[in-house]
Amino acid sequence: MSVARPEVAAPVEVVAARSTPRAIADWLGSLPLHIAIIGLTIAWIVPTLGLLVSSFRPLSEFATSGWWTALSPPFNFTLDNYRHVLDTSNLGQSFFNSFMISIPATVIPTTVAAFAAYSFSWMRFWGRDWIFLAMVALLAVPLQVTFIPVLSLFIKLGLNATFLGVWLAHTGYGLPFAIYLLANFFRALPADLFESAEIDGAGTLTVFFRIVLPLSVPALASLVIFQFLWVWNDLLVALIYLGGTPEVAPLTVTLANLVGSLGQGYQYLTAAAFVSMIVPLIVFFSLQRYFVRGILAGSVKG
Amino acid sequence: MDNLAQFLTVQLPTLIAVVIGVPAVLAGYIVLGELLIRRLPDSARPSVRPWLWVGPALFFVAVFLVYPAFGTAYRSLFNRPGDAFVALANYVTVLTDQTVWIAIRNNVLWLIFYTILALLFGLLLAVLSDRVRYETPVKSLIFMPMAISFTALAVIWRFMYSYQPPGAPQTGTLNAIVTGIFHADPVTWLQDERINNFALIGAAVWGISGFAMVILSASLKGIPGELLEAARVDGAGEVTIFRRILLPLLMPTITVVGTTLVIFALKAFDIVYVMTNGNYHTDVLANRMYKELYNAGNFANSSALAVILLIAVIPVLIFNLRQFRAVEARR
Repeated sequence: MSVARPEVAAPVEVVAARSTPRAIADWLGSLPLHIAIIGLTIAWIVPTLGLLVSSFRPLSEFATSGWWTALSPPFNFTLDNYRHVLDTSNLGQSFFNSFMISIPATVIPTTVAAFAAYSFSWMRFWGRDWIFLAMVALLAVPLQVTFIPVLSLFIKLGLNATFLGVWLAHTGYGLPFAIYLLANFFRALPADLFESAEIDGAGTLTVFFRIVLPLSVPALASLVIFQFLWVWNDLLVALIYLGGTPEVAPLTVTLANLVGSLGQGYQYLTAAAFVSMIVPLIVFFSLQRYFVRGILAGSVKG
Repeated sequence: MDNLAQFLTVQLPTLIAVVIGVPAVLAGYIVLGELLIRRLPDSARPSVRPWLWVGPALFFVAVFLVYPAFGTAYRSLFNRPGDAFVALANYVTVLTDQTVWIAIRNNVLWLIFYTILALLFGLLLAVLSDRVRYETPVKSLIFMPMAISFTALAVIWRFMYSYQPPGAPQTGTLNAIVTGIFHADPVTWLQDERINNFALIGAAVWGISGFAMVILSASLKGIPGELLEAARVDGAGEVTIFRRILLPLLMPTITVVGTTLVIFALKAFDIVYVMTNGNYHTDVLANRMYKELYNAGNFANSSALAVILLIAVIPVLIFNLRQFRAVEARR
């Protein structure tokens, strides 16, 4: 496989192609592609857009007119919903707690899963395939049935209402998917890679850190995104194992408390949704750049 | 001063535990494991290392998933107070309940439509956006619903599906389209039993397609560009490239995403719980299980339902095992 050819040829092609009839034909040919993508994207953002517009509307208008009516005069926007959310006592503490829960609850399962996934895909040991399948099967365990046995275990060990307990619980819950996803990507790596490394005398740990992990960056990035997101947006696990005290409550718990038991104040949820969305979106954007083609290019000489 | 005291006693120790403690424990395990392996004779190393590497994962899932799952299976064989063994009586109770069969039917609907639609949109978006320059903004916008919590998702879709009687100005986006553009009567999306399940599935698909797209896209980026370039040079059309190169290479990842989606469909809970709570014939097994467990306090029935959910996954596992063996055989 020649790696050099496309690299040299591509720029020439681009220069030659510009503004020739062929380029116009190409552009017209790809028009359905652009229409399809942009159409899908617009359809996808309408619901979020509705929420965004609504988050700037006063309660009195929520129930009486659609969100799109706010887009034409008279513009009747308000920051009250955001003001109310940002004035919530303990909002800073909740943000801090959310970070303190989400970061370890992402780092621990990702690390543990990476090692396990590597052994499942490239090591031989007794019962490997069956243990792996059991791991996939565990994805189906409804989390609700684990709460009571695990909570009584935590109380015995003094782990209830501690961050450590929540980290460990999220690790246990997140591992089946994490291992399943990573093993799939690790397995797709070319076998020659490992053979040539072994000939060079590299140890297993070196192969893992120097070859496998760098080549699996897109997979690791997507895993980190999802695990972080699930933990960040989790309400159920936090409520069960942490309880609702402000010292340990994450953002989800604090924001859920904005809505009264009778459902009053639910308009604040619109603003709260955007406040709590900011961090997951930043994580997504900063990891987005690892989704690039060509990490594997040149790693195997074929 | 109060803030400072609180920072020093509460937040600082947490911060230190997170920034230093957690990485230290993880690195310590790896280093100690490596030292242990070095001390073993050469011949023993390949059989010890795998267990050292999967060990922590096995420990975590054993405590948090396997132990509760077996506890649930065991509990499902006892009566409601838990003091008498009743064998499969709970399963008979559950499976002769008409409303449970409605939940099973709805789970089948979820299984088919949620899985296929999310996979289809994910694949379509991953493959199409890979070929345009504005890939990042497109992917970010599609991904955005993933970043929204379920409570917010429920609020969003309540705006989408909201219903006002015919003649009154519609506040729901979809009914505004139905009445304004198609001049039809507004639809009670969440109450009409012919469509409400699809309305819920639609909201769920909207939320999860970004998941399928991101993973498929990560896999797509692993396909060498030279391969596609070479095929184009050889005169292969884009459809042929998709069918003959991309699809086979993406197949293992499609299996992973598909399996995960099937299991999510079986476990579907949050959206049903927050939007209809299973009313108007929209109940699903996981919501039913939750109701038995936390509303009725019926451990016997809820355990039986959980075990039924677990058994339903077996066909998916068999499919995975086959895929798995096929990949193994190829290398």
